[in-house]
Amino acid sequence: MIDTAGPKAPVSTGLVRRPDRRALTRAAVITVLLLLALFALPPLMSGYYTDTMTQVAIYSIVTLGLGLLVGRVGLYSLGQLAVLVIGAWVGARLLFATGQPYILVLIEAGLVTMIIGSLITLPALRLRGLYLALITLMLAGAVTVVLATLNFPNGGGGFSGYNGSFLHIPQIRRPSFAGTDPAYYRFAVIVAIVMFLLVFVHLRARPGRAWAAIRQSEPAALAAGINTTVYKLWAMALASFVTGVAGALLAGADRELFSIDFPIQNSIELLAVVLMGGAFALSGAVVAAFLLAFLPALLYQLWSVPNDWLIILFGVGVMQVLATAPGGIADQFPKDMKRLYGWISRRVRGSAAPEPAPAQAASAKGGGPA
Amino acid sequence: MIEVTDLTVRYGGVTSLDGMSVTFEAGTCGLIGPNGAGKTTFFNVLSGFVRPASGTVRAFGDDLLRMPHYRRARWGVRRTFQTEQAIEGLTVYDNVSMQHSPLRGTARRDDVLVAIEFVGGGLTPDARVGSLGAGQRRLVEVARAVAGKPRLVLLDEPAAGLPDEETAHLTSVIKSIPEQTGALVILVDHDMSLVSAVCETTAVLDFGKLIASGPTAQVLRDENVMRAYLGTAEVM
Repeated sequence: MIDTAGPKAPVSTGLVRRPDRRALTRAAVITVLLLLALFALPPLMSGYYTDTMTQVAIYSIVTLGLGLLVGRVGLYSLGQLAVLVIGAWVGARLLFATGQPYILVLIEAGLVTMIIGSLITLPALRLRGLYLALITLMLAGAVTVVLATLNFPNGGGGFSGYNGSFLHIPQIRRPSFAGTDPAYYRFAVIVAIVMFLLVFVHLRARPGRAWAAIRQSEPAALAAGINTTVYKLWAMALASFVTGVAGALLAGADRELFSIDFPIQNSIELLAVVLMGGAFALSGAVVAAFLLAFLPALLYQLWSVPNDWLIILFGVGVMQVLATAPGGIADQFPKDMKRLYGWISRRVRGSAAPEPAPAQAASAKGGGPA
Repeated sequence: MIEVTDLTVRYGGVTSLDGMSVTFEAGTCGLIGPNGAGKTTFFNVLSGFVRPASGTVRAFGDDLLRMPHYRRARWGVRRTFQTEQAIEGLTVYDNVSMQHSPLRGTARRDDVLVAIEFVGGGLTPDARVGSLGAGQRRLVEVARAVAGKPRLVLLDEPAAGLPDEETAHLTSVIKSIPEQTGALVILVDHDMSLVSAVCETTAVLDFGKLIASGPTAQVLRDENVMRAYLGTAEVM
């Protein structure tokens, strides 16, 4: 029911936005988790898990980009793997060809990928839903085909930088301050934090509001004067940039890149984990990266489960998420924990409550003395 | 003043607007007609969502049809939708501030707050739209439409589905829009008591053709209008 006191006279009021307690708690939890990831975790992890967690950090940037497109703008892209490959290729080529600082290479790879990714997806901006997914999947297929011919740079000359050999090829260099695996893991986490902050700043500003409007109602966005084409392109460009940076980061993590490691099927897995993790929250990107990179490594080490089997697991997972938790694990998990806490609290309170006195009990039943 | 001349819209073989010519002078003007008469199509033409087959629309001297849709919002066209389109994930403030505005900085922020204050209904800037009732969500849309110096406000069935009490509140809000903003308001609604209460003039569409226009009381007594609504020229 609305307050029907009639329209009020225009009054200029100040709007002070103070961070609420929940936001402060969330910020504190995120800071503690990041400090743990940066300082407490590396000494505890074996080489196998250091590599795995590096992949988690890198793929969290990829799922961040795809989550931005799917969850914030409503653009279902199956071409983000192709964008990652472009970033990795450009990063590797620059790292072999130049002695530029690594961070500069990351930015350049991001920018080149942003331009290529935006140009390729430009014609698809008028499409949505299934059609956009189909077109971007074909893009991923086309990049896979080109990559099979071109190959990743491995120290050769010319445009491709491919020397025609699979053996005794030089490794892709890493930054001098992150030469070891634990140091590179920390570096990857810091780059991921910067990419998350970049997207977060966008979401809190005008683009974030424009994307929310486009996602829920394109006519309303148009009526509000939002240039939907520009903002969709902006989202594509931002997603391509962060994914390009992730690609260049992946080049340094893997040190040798092979086209066979990027099958087109991975594009579908990528979208599946983003939906499972939760496309509507930034934390969903981290959950998705754990599903994509950590879960297979864990299952393989524990029970030698082959990676190919995960497509079945992800299929079931997506079905489950779409049916019961459309917001993904990142949205559902806190709700379930809250419910569990409430249930436990009620149990504890119930068992701690004192037994009623016989007279009170009789009175409560309406059987007191007349 | 909005001058519409010979406006025709066709969807394939269906003519949705058929040579519509009408002038909306000032204040709050009604646009009524049975379902499928072409009212929302007319709004879609003004908003830039539909390209007409022929005709012109001059708004305060400017050729509206030559502007791309997002430019029209910058020019001052505002609208609400038949199916309410408040953005759920955002706060009331963010919903209203997403409207294009020529204002900047503090002036813009104050303008948004004034718009929220103006529509009343217990709306607070920090409230999440997802937590609001249907009537309040309608008011969020109206607040968005009156923010950022509007020149032409198009309200598409804003009272649809609202209880009487909320309709009464909305009526007083709509009545105040021209005075508050200086904009011309065109109201589409099936609620004749609402149209009578707020519209000085009214135009009537039937099967895409303009069948009457003029002072509201006079138009509602028009034989053609009664026939279009009731199938007979009995008292409406």
